[in-house]
Order: sequence, then C-alpha cells, then structure tokens
Amino acid sequence: MPETIDILNALTLMTNFVFVPALAYGSQLALGALGVTLVFGILRFANFAHGDLMAFGTTMTILLTWALQAQGITFGVLPTALLALVPAIIVTAVAAILIDKSVFSFYRKRKAAPVVLVIASVGVMFMLSAIVRFIMGTEDRRFTDGERFVVRALDFKKWSGLDEGLAIQTTQAITVVVTLVVVTALFIFLNRTRTGKAMRAYSDNEDLALLSGINPDRIVMITWIIAAVLATIAGTLYGLDKSFKPFTYLQLLLPIFASAIVGGIGQPIGAVVGGYIIAFSEVMLTYAYKKFGTYLLPDDLAPSGLVQFLGTDYKFAISFIILVVVLLIRPTGIFKGKVL
Amino acid sequence: MTDTSLNTGPEKTEAEKTSAPMPTAIVQKRQSPWRAPLVFLAMAVAIAAVGFGQSWSVALAIVNMSLVSALMAMGLNLQWGYAGLFNAGVMAFTALGGLAAVVVSHPPVWEALNAGGRGLTLSAVIVVAIIATTAFVAANLKGKLRSFTIFVIVVAGYIILRPVFGEAVSAVEAVDPARTGFIGGLGLPIMASWIVGGIFAAAVAWLIGKVALGLRSDYLAIATLGISEIVIAVLKNEDWLARGVKNVTGLKRPVPYEIDLQQTPWFIDLVSRFHADTLATAADAAARESMLRQLLIEASSAFVKIAYAGLFTVVLLIILALCVRALNSPWGRMMRAIRDNEEAAAAMGKDIKARHLQIFVLGSAIIGIAGAMMTTLDGQFTPGTYNPLRFTFLVWVMVIVGGSGNNLGAVIGGFLIWFIWVEAEPAGRFIVEMLSANMDPETPLYRHLQDIAAPFRLFVMGLVLLIVMRFSPRGILPEKVRHS
Repeated sequence: MPETIDILNALTLMTNFVFVPALAYGSQLALGALGVTLVFGILRFANFAHGDLMAFGTTMTILLTWALQAQGITFGVLPTALLALVPAIIVTAVAAILIDKSVFSFYRKRKAAPVVLVIASVGVMFMLSAIVRFIMGTEDRRFTDGERFVVRALDFKKWSGLDEGLAIQTTQAITVVVTLVVVTALFIFLNRTRTGKAMRAYSDNEDLALLSGINPDRIVMITWIIAAVLATIAGTLYGLDKSFKPFTYLQLLLPIFASAIVGGIGQPIGAVVGGYIIAFSEVMLTYAYKKFGTYLLPDDLAPSGLVQFLGTDYKFAISFIILVVVLLIRPTGIFKGKVL
Repeated sequence: MTDTSLNTGPEKTEAEKTSAPMPTAIVQKRQSPWRAPLVFLAMAVAIAAVGFGQSWSVALAIVNMSLVSALMAMGLNLQWGYAGLFNAGVMAFTALGGLAAVVVSHPPVWEALNAGGRGLTLSAVIVVAIIATTAFVAANLKGKLRSFTIFVIVVAGYIILRPVFGEAVSAVEAVDPARTGFIGGLGLPIMASWIVGGIFAAAVAWLIGKVALGLRSDYLAIATLGISEIVIAVLKNEDWLARGVKNVTGLKRPVPYEIDLQQTPWFIDLVSRFHADTLATAADAAARESMLRQLLIEASSAFVKIAYAGLFTVVLLIILALCVRALNSPWGRMMRAIRDNEEAAAAMGKDIKARHLQIFVLGSAIIGIAGAMMTTLDGQFTPGTYNPLRFTFLVWVMVIVGGSGNNLGAVIGGFLIWFIWVEAEPAGRFIVEMLSANMDPETPLYRHLQDIAAPFRLFVMGLVLLIVMRFSPRGILPEKVRHS
C-alpha cells in the first residue's frame, strides 16, 4: 500500500501535467467547437474557415495589444490582450458579417446544397489565411505579458512540502475563467432571451420559425456575431496559452470539428463536453505515466519504460481516432445532434 | 432545384440521409465544340509567355508539375465529379504515392533489416493476428459481449505489440541514423513505384471508404481530412519506414542525370548541331569550347525536364483515355445516375455502397500515382512539406475551377491553377515592388511588405475559387450532359 505522501505526490503530478493543461486546452477547443456548432445549427454547413476566423480574430487582438502597449497601457498582472479583446471582437464580427454578405448569403438565398457552402468556406479559408499572413507573417509570436504564474512550482513545493510542484500559468487560469463566463453567458442567451429562443427555433425547424415571424436575416447576422465572438476569444486564449502561428490555427480546425461532432453537432452543450473529451484524451494518451507509476506502485513493480500510450507527435491523430470511433458507434454524437 | 447555375456539384435535399442527388435535368446552353481546344491553346500561350518572358526552365517546371496536378485533379474529379464524394484527404494519397517511390526505388538497408527485420515481421504478424481475431469475434459474437471482447483483444494486442515493435524500431533507427536509419526499399526502378503508389493509395482508400463512405458529404469531408492528417503524422514520425522528417533524398531517376548527359557524345553532337550558328561565331577553339560547355549545361537541364514531361504526358493520356471511356460507358452512366438520384438508382438495383467504394478507390489510386510521380520528379520524399492547403484544397480548386464532372476540365484546372499558384508569387512580388518603390528601405513597413509576396498566392487562390463559384459555377469546361 503506497503511503499518503506518495498518493499526494502522484495526484499533484497528474494535476500539474495532465489536469491543468487539458482543462485549458479543452476550454479553448470548447469555445472553438461552440462556434462551429452554432454555424452548423443555424446555417447548416460545416464552416472550414472557422480556424482561420480564429486566427483573424487573434491577429486583431495582437495588433490592438501592440497599440495599447505602445500607448503605455497595460492590464496590470493580467495580459494586455484581454483589454484588446473587446475592440478585436468588434472588428472580427464586422469581418464575419462582411464575409457572409459577400460570399455565403448568395448561396443561402438560392438554397444551394450545404456542400456548396462548404466549398465556398474553403475559398474563404484561403483568403483569410492569406490576410492573416499578410499582417502577421508566418513566424511564431508570443503576445502575453503581465504576471506569468498564478501558482509557482517552487512556492507550491514549499507550501505543501511535497516533492512534486504545481504550476498554474496565468493564461491557463484566465482561459478557464473566461470560458466559464462565456459559456454561461451563451447558454443564458440561448435559453432565456427572445433572440436566443428564436435562434434555437430556427435551428430546430426553419420553416416553422419563419412561419412564426422570425426574421432569418437577423438570426443569421447574430449567429455570425456570436461565431466571431467565440472565435476571437478562443483564438486569443489559445495564442496566449501557446503562441500565435498562423498555421497552427488550420491544424486546430481538426480537433475543433472532432469536438463538435463527438458532442453532437448543432448542440451547444455537446460542443463544450466534446472539447473537454478531446482535450483530455489527447493529453492523457500522450502523457508518460512512468513517474506516476513509480509513486503508486511498490518498488519492484515500478515501470521501466515510459508507459506512454502514443508518442506526443500523434496528438492531433487522437482526436480523429475518437471521431472515427464515434462516427461508427454513435454518429449523432453524445448529445443527439443532427446527423450531418 | 430552382436554379441550375449554382451547382458546383451534387445537390442534396434535406430529407436525404446518406448522400447527394443533383438536379437531373440540367438545362444547358449548347457548348461550342471549340471551347476546349481554345482554352487549351490559351493555356499553351500563357506557358509560352512564361518561357519567353521569364525563362524556359520555369516554363518547363510549370508544365511538369501541371501534368502531375492534372492527374491529381482527374482522380478527385472521378470521386467528386462522377460520384459526388467529398474527399478532403487528397494529401494522404499523394503522400502514400511518395512513400511508394521510396519503398520501391531505394536500395534496401541490409544492416537495418538484419537488426530489426525480425521484430518488424513479428509485429506485422501480431497486427494481422489482432485483426483476424477481431474479425472472427465480430462475426461470431453479438451485443455487449462482442464490444467488450473486441476491446479486450485490441488492448491486449497493443500491450503485446508495443515492446516488440518498439524494440525493432529502435534497432532499425540506430543504424547509421545520419544517413539511413530506416529499412530502405526494394531497389527496383522508380517507374515501378508509380503503379505501387496507386496500389498503396487504393489500399488505404479501401480502408477509409469502408469506414467513412456512409456519411453525408460534409461529414465525409471532415473524416477524410482527419484521416489524411493521421497518415501524414505516421509518415512524419515513423522514422524506420521512410526516415520521417529527416527526408529521403537522392532517389533514383527514370531519366538520365544532367551530368552524364553532358559527357554523352550523341548529346554533345546534338547540341553542337542545334547551336551550330551560335558556335560558329566563337572567336577561337577555347571560346567555342566554353560556349559549348555553357550550352550543354542549359540543354541537359532542359532535356531532363522534357523527358519527364514526356513520361508524365504518356501516363496522363493513358489515364485520361481510360477516364473518358469510363465516363461514357454504361458504368459511367450508372455512376452519374447514382450521383443524381441515389434512391432511384438503388431502386434500379444498383449497389450504391459498393459503387461508391469502387470509385473512391479508383480515384485515390490515380492520386497515388500522381503522388509517386511528384516524388520522382522532386527526387526526394519530404513528409514535412505535406499540408492540406497545398495538397488537398488546391486540388479542389483545380477541380471546381476546371469544371467538375468533365475530365478535360480537370486537366485544364490542374494546368491553370498550378500556373496561377506558381506565378502568383512573382506577381505578388511585383505588386510589392510597386507599392514600396518610393519607400525608405529602413522602415519596418517596407521590410514587412517584402514578406507578403508568399501568402499572396493563397489570397489569389481563394479569390479565384470564389469568383468561379459565383459567376461560372460549373467551371471552365462544364460537364457535358447528353440527352438521348
């Protein structure tokens, strides 16, 4: 039987390397997947440009962060990017509405097949990714400032007397808090307000919604605004947490789609749950459990290898293995979404 | 369907669960028979303009990659244009073709095979055993017990496989990692890999199709996009197979090397006869010699490119002929019938699932062949360079712009889009120069502007796709619909 101290050490280890990073990553995926799922629910197509919309929103945040920093304005211990988020969201929302008016509304008005809209979104993806690269170039950029840690590993060790440290970065804490706020606000909006209810009605049955006098143009515009808000916040949080690089946002599209589908596409709650499922699976399957095992198992049983299920290089592959399994077993996702 | 003009592809109604009917009766303006020849002529003029304006080396390079791109577009056109399958995994099949080029042509690394061959074979046996047991269980058990048993078998198999495979891999990768560190290939001529590339791609397509083809189009797109990322991840990280991101360079060639050509008497003779007038102007023997040397270098490089172009054209023409025959055969009519109205086709006794799988495999095989040809042309296999924008969505732009459902459309789409893709960068640079002509080179804005020429091509691609979709949704050479 392992001693209490070993159990505590093992738990701290897991919290530090698995729970905290997965929670932050899952929150980012959840926000991204919410955007994809809303666009799917209302506009009925899988928006391939969502990853690049996130990159665009982040680009705006970075530009405004720089502008604020140049003015000498910072946000104290918090990253300045949080201040820049609000105007960046407005710019991104305007961009999203412009894209809809110039590209998607044409096909929507003619009741084109969803797949035509998907291909159009590929075109938008190309152009948005070019615009992002025009502005930011292709290199890695870090734009976080303020206090780096909420909890430092050394302080934690001293405080608890354990061998394992626990570090929580400010960006990770912010990610979780912001996600909580945004998701709660979104659910209140969708369930309590008139507009939110109208959106859900429109998503459930377009004809009946139109019949009861819901204005489709308004619904579509609000959907794009919400999608832009979610994309900008998700992109900025991801950029703060890791770093900003245009190409990673295209790669992020895959786990985001996976989250939306695993949760049940068109279902907001599904997107959130899906985001965390994907994130936790990615982190847990690529984590090496050697040290964890050493704490918990008796010495003669201690693992000799890394005890890692898959190399970290296969991180992105995991989301798709989960996706394929879900498609085979329960194509509607966990919370019965629409079958695509 | 109300408006036929916006069909870039198969339509789908709300009620449909699996896949896509398109408007059957397309009211179509009669197409001029001169349209296709004129479009191809215009393309030839554009390439010749590059030859005269920039250099013939660039023009020939464009032609070669255009031929490969046209083949990829034809493969995708088979899937999308004939059958309405949204394959967003083109990248994977291209890369599998590239892998075939390595596996077929690279000489075997005996040392690595001796070190890890037994372990790898054992791993393969274990994998086959897992699959066989799973299949057996799946066929003979039912319900929860079946799922549970399969889960146990897979997990147990993985636990057995992991150490065996891991050991073999580290043994292989330890063999001279700077130069080899992988098992090598069969050492056969690289042209054989074009067929093998098709087979590799077809095999993987069969697996993917089995899993994903029942899905509706957007789902299929997402699934294939994801699977293609998995394939690339495997190729990047399984160093024992093809060196991963360390790349395999210096692959064999189906055409002579420039350096050998420059020593070959008949080639020297040809070049000196071809340039007799120029050489006659040389002042003395030494000047003539150095002039000839220069001409030989240029001519040998052009000769190699032309030789590739010849080989690729032969492959393209063979596959084009097959595709055109297929499209106009009863089989092609059946495929279009399935695409246009799945339920009606099913009612006529057509096996939708099997036909979809068949055409998915065939299209992917063509893409695999093109992928092997591309790696042959490059002379190296670089898994790190495969990204979905360049290798999946660009091919999509080719098919949509060229005209889905039309084989010649796919070919012209391949040529035109590759042309734009290559030429957009100099065009972007030109625009940047115009913009920054009067700027102080020291300012940050000037330096920033110098970086935007490269992404300019992405912008142009998106713009071309959106414009064609909006104003000419059936592409440059629209699908011909015959009514008897």
